[in-house]
Amino acid sequence: MEAATDVENLKATELRLGLPGTEEGPQKAAVPTPPSTPRAGSKRALAGGEEAKKPAAAAAPPAAKAQVVGWPPVRSYRKSCFQASSKSKAAAPAAPQKEETAAAAGGLFVKVSMDGAPYLRKIDLKMYKGYRELREALEAMFLCFSGGAADGAAAVNPSDFAVTYEDKDGDLMLVGDVPFEMFISTCKRLRIMKGSEARGLGGATRE
Amino acid sequence: MTYFPEEVVEHIFSFLPAQRDRNTVSLVCKVWYEIERLSRRSVFVGNCYAVRAERVALRFPNVRALTVKGKPHFADFNLVPPDWGGYAGPWIEAAARGCVGLEELRMKRMVVSDESLELLSRSFPRFRALVLISCEGFSTDGLAAIASHCKLLSELDLQENEVEDRGPRWLSCFPDSCTSLVSLNFACIKGEVNAGSLERLVSRSPNLRSLRLNRSVSVDTLAKILMRTPNLEDLGTGNLTDDFQTESYFRLTSALEKCKMLRSLSGFWDASPVCLSFIYPLCAQLTGLNLSYAPTLDASDLTKMISRCVKLQRLWVLDCISDKGLQVVASSCKDLQELRVFPSDFYVAGYSAVTEEGLVAISLGCPKLNSLLYFCHQMTNAALITVAKNCPNFTRFRLCILEPGKPDVMTNQPLDEGFGAIVRECKGLRRLSISGLLTDKVFMYIGKYAKQLEMLSIAFAGDSDKGMMHVMNGCKNLRKLEIRDSPFGDAALLGNVAKYETMRSLWMSSCNVTLKGCQVLASKMPMLNIEVINEWDGSNEMEENHGELPKVEKLYVYRTTAGARDDAPNFVKIL
Repeated sequence: MEAATDVENLKATELRLGLPGTEEGPQKAAVPTPPSTPRAGSKRALAGGEEAKKPAAAAAPPAAKAQVVGWPPVRSYRKSCFQASSKSKAAAPAAPQKEETAAAAGGLFVKVSMDGAPYLRKIDLKMYKGYRELREALEAMFLCFSGGAADGAAAVNPSDFAVTYEDKDGDLMLVGDVPFEMFISTCKRLRIMKGSEARGLGGATRE
Repeated sequence: MTYFPEEVVEHIFSFLPAQRDRNTVSLVCKVWYEIERLSRRSVFVGNCYAVRAERVALRFPNVRALTVKGKPHFADFNLVPPDWGGYAGPWIEAAARGCVGLEELRMKRMVVSDESLELLSRSFPRFRALVLISCEGFSTDGLAAIASHCKLLSELDLQENEVEDRGPRWLSCFPDSCTSLVSLNFACIKGEVNAGSLERLVSRSPNLRSLRLNRSVSVDTLAKILMRTPNLEDLGTGNLTDDFQTESYFRLTSALEKCKMLRSLSGFWDASPVCLSFIYPLCAQLTGLNLSYAPTLDASDLTKMISRCVKLQRLWVLDCISDKGLQVVASSCKDLQELRVFPSDFYVAGYSAVTEEGLVAISLGCPKLNSLLYFCHQMTNAALITVAKNCPNFTRFRLCILEPGKPDVMTNQPLDEGFGAIVRECKGLRRLSISGLLTDKVFMYIGKYAKQLEMLSIAFAGDSDKGMMHVMNGCKNLRKLEIRDSPFGDAALLGNVAKYETMRSLWMSSCNVTLKGCQVLASKMPMLNIEVINEWDGSNEMEENHGELPKVEKLYVYRTTAGARDDAPNFVKIL
């Protein structure tokens, strides 16, 4: 049973100057000569690795970035507490490194763009309990842009805008169709579309 | 001295509470040995396999407080296979037979069964205090036995144990007559507890000073409890992630305001930032704060709170706090003595908001700092040298750079000089964990300067046997040495065999030690147990070095008067 894992991880145990997890950068040039005896660690460390406590964020990475057994030296109690609580860790999408690291750092920040606004904003999706709170936050955030040329008169009618999002597959989706938890796990960025364009999306009556 | 009646000698000994001193006086002569052993009240056993439980019970029949530690430290990181050992049973049984006056039992990293807890609860009529740290093997049924039968219980402190949940009944087992609780910590219990039982228990415990709840306790219950405990000094919150209901939180704040003695806060499981503001009024009086289980708090939430904690001495946080946040800590918490920064992302190549800059900032602002545990992704020699100069009072310094073997991020050099500065400047250093790219040179520094060092943890470091030899020869006070994934082999293992008699234990895993080397050590040092732990029988086919001597996967060496233990599993070979 453990032998199979050994075979999978052999690639990760091949002897090289870098150690597991060091993909970025060619600046290994200055590293001193490797020790005369092979680093016993990089081989044995992965033998029959204990899968049980690996954090969920390890879903996407290639074998070379696999976790070393018992490293980092964090008590299993602490690791299991985090696994119990981190929904958004499991939700971190496979794609861009940046989003993943941002999520891993404890927040689920996504960009929010609004048609016609001069700059984008970023929000932390984990801060909101549901769609209503999210919508209220977005309205508050982008209120200043809605007037455009208006003379500061009536606030724009929210129903003139549709909140859409880009999901893991790159598709543009209307916010609100799926349960909020699922939305958080698939949303990569938000886009607030002007009504005219938005109506082409959802089809029929959008009340 | 032999002309004095025994009572007088015993009285004199009572001024020597420290175990080391008592051990010393017991060696003077047979009379003193006898007097000392019969009057010994507190016994500390650092390694449960170093001595037989029966022998301890026989020698110290009047012991009141017993502390026993089981598995080696690296067991915390899953490096010791399950079923390795560390059973509490023999200790509780021996004490039940020979030390009925036992009042306090403390155990760390041991396997405790419900049967043992049942036996404990029934065997010692004056039993008052049970402290279990990082233990496993028991369920809430065992706790029910303790609650039911220990009539004088004042302390039940469960820290980070793996406890099987068999329902909330256990808390209701404290009889109505139990009014003596001073300290209750059940934060690690995973299941629900009955809120009513908890409230009633707290109501009839006027001496309660420390209370740490688990995640299941709601804000409402917490507020009700706090109204009853104005003298509380240490609190571990329950669930602070309730749907935001203002009323509950206002009740909480007003209850907290009554707790003028509250000095230490922990818990905060997944606490949402909004909840923190209800705790603000308390901050100015806090000396201890543990926010390390709240990954939902970002740097600004954390700093808003911590900047108010001007009396803080002990702070545990996640690296979400960021370097900027640590700067705020440095400027606000001038009395800080202990800092622990834990990783929020355990992924080696992941992201962390703290770097060497945060550490330097802390060292500049908090000169009283003496204990550090710091997880980060990068470090520089310059930073460590600065830290060493600013904080010469370190007694515990543990730095974990998440990527094994990572060099100084500015110069690409090993971190030898940085750690060298730490051991050179911090003359009182007793505990050290090193990480990053390190050559034999760092060990030369450690051997040369770390004269007070008692515990050293090494991972992915060194070039040759010389490294370990520096430590073995130089660190006069070394008691525990634990090494993983470092190129130390038989020459290092056998370089100073007499040293092992002066140490509690040596752990080596994924190093270059061979079975032959272990056998040589065993033959030279009969008073040591050499445990060769090979979980994966026959998996050595995968080794590339056919024809060479098989390397020992895991090695645990410890001095003992008990001989080879008889409870070892089949994957442990004792030479």
